[in-house]
Amino acid sequence: MDSLTPLFSRWRLIVLACLLPLLWLLIDVAFNRLGANPIQALHIRLGDWTLRFLCITLAVTPVQTVTNWRGLADYRQLFGLYTFFYGSLHLGVYLLVDHMLVWGNIGMDILQSSYIWFGLLAYLVLFLLAITTSKFAKKRMGKSWKKLHRYIYLASIAAVLHYFWQLKGNLSQPVFYALLIFLLLSFRVLVWFKDKAFRRLMIPKPRQ
Amino acid sequence: MIIKPKNSIPASEITDPVIFSQRRTVIKAFMAAAVTGSGLSSAFAGTEPIGNSLAKKPLQNLPAEITPAALVKNYTNYYEFTYNKEDSTALAQNLKTNPWSIEISGEIENPVTLHLEDLLAKQTLQEFIYRFRCVEGWSMVVPWSGFRLVDLLKQVKPLSSAKFVQFTSVYQPEAMPFQRSNTMLEWPYVEGLRMDEAVHPLTILAVGMYGQTLPKQNGAPLRLVVPWKYGFKSIKAIVKIELLKKAPLTTWNRAAPNEYGFYANVNPAVPHPRWSQSSERQLGSGYFTPRRATELFNGYAEQVASLYSTMDLRHFF
Repeated sequence: MDSLTPLFSRWRLIVLACLLPLLWLLIDVAFNRLGANPIQALHIRLGDWTLRFLCITLAVTPVQTVTNWRGLADYRQLFGLYTFFYGSLHLGVYLLVDHMLVWGNIGMDILQSSYIWFGLLAYLVLFLLAITTSKFAKKRMGKSWKKLHRYIYLASIAAVLHYFWQLKGNLSQPVFYALLIFLLLSFRVLVWFKDKAFRRLMIPKPRQ
Repeated sequence: MIIKPKNSIPASEITDPVIFSQRRTVIKAFMAAAVTGSGLSSAFAGTEPIGNSLAKKPLQNLPAEITPAALVKNYTNYYEFTYNKEDSTALAQNLKTNPWSIEISGEIENPVTLHLEDLLAKQTLQEFIYRFRCVEGWSMVVPWSGFRLVDLLKQVKPLSSAKFVQFTSVYQPEAMPFQRSNTMLEWPYVEGLRMDEAVHPLTILAVGMYGQTLPKQNGAPLRLVVPWKYGFKSIKAIVKIELLKKAPLTTWNRAAPNEYGFYANVNPAVPHPRWSQSSERQLGSGYFTPRRATELFNGYAEQVASLYSTMDLRHFF
């Protein structure tokens, strides 16, 4: 299939566009534009983009349902993998840039910082989803694949809590993401209720 | 006189040579201005170095661990203005700091309201190089210009009933958006110290930093600096100092009593309920520099630990 795709296919453009936030960040690093505490700025920027890609991934199904546009479904896996990609960079900066792999400090920091627990939980889920992303894994896991991949809902809640739980005052950003994720999740709940009601209608009534 | 903890800050921690070359001479001018009372009011209009004519003297043997001034000036928590540590630099310029008077009252013999110039006329400014550790987990090393709080308190003669000191920040809603909209905290900002903390020789009132008058975002024209406590204790833009019989209810303590105690001593062994205090990011450190291990009382344990020898620091956080 790859040989048939033109050089600037929509697929390739989207793959490249998802790397723009990283490029932009690297330019800011190169030109020293991240302010007085650039490592903190790296944490925030990469964390923000992880959350954004998570929201985009979660938005694929609702947008598809509402607009009847099927083309998006091809990109859900890609957005999911980019969520994992930016999440990995976020974690990598914490371990490698901020703490320089001084494991004693890292262990103490994680132990005493409850906001990091939520972040790690979210990352653990994203990690499991990323390593089972292939068609091969999907086939082999059968029904449990879908079950596992539903844990993205848990990851999204944990990610927002991770954001909320470390702040002193300005809650407007995490509130925005919390609302967005609430809407995206409640869409699933609504669909679930609708399907349940539909199934009930389908059950033949016993004869009187 | 330079006050430094014994376990001194390693020399690898950053320099701002331009400022260094000016600082000592500038301080002399600062002191002269304070003594004569002249030149200060004009100095408070901006943050130009005082005594520019003296600044060309050759560079002296100066410590090389200070955080670059530009970082300190552009990374301030000033919640009267904004949540953002960098936006406060521009927003704080709306604050009116001239004229400025300070009310000193409460359990003292001589309650008084002083113009800042008159208050400074009786003080000798010195330089104090302190590490400043924020409760958020970052730190910087700042050369403050100021005087010991105890020297001011002596003049107003505290009564024996004075057990605590309460400080109040300016209330200027026309200049401070978050005061106008009643956002985030109860305004004006209030802080406090126990009497023995207030008269400790490390506790200072600062009017300058890096040999210049204090920038508005850094707490101009007069701020407290208590180097062994988390930064939020070091209240900015002070207009009132009251001596009290009982401990005051301080702003952050009132806002979140389980997270911010009255004492707020820097202590790596006592985590904030939501994050660790075991390490800190030093402003000015490069990428791939590990975080610095936070020290008990921010490195000033030798000088201040005796104040708390009978206290459970976990309980009185």
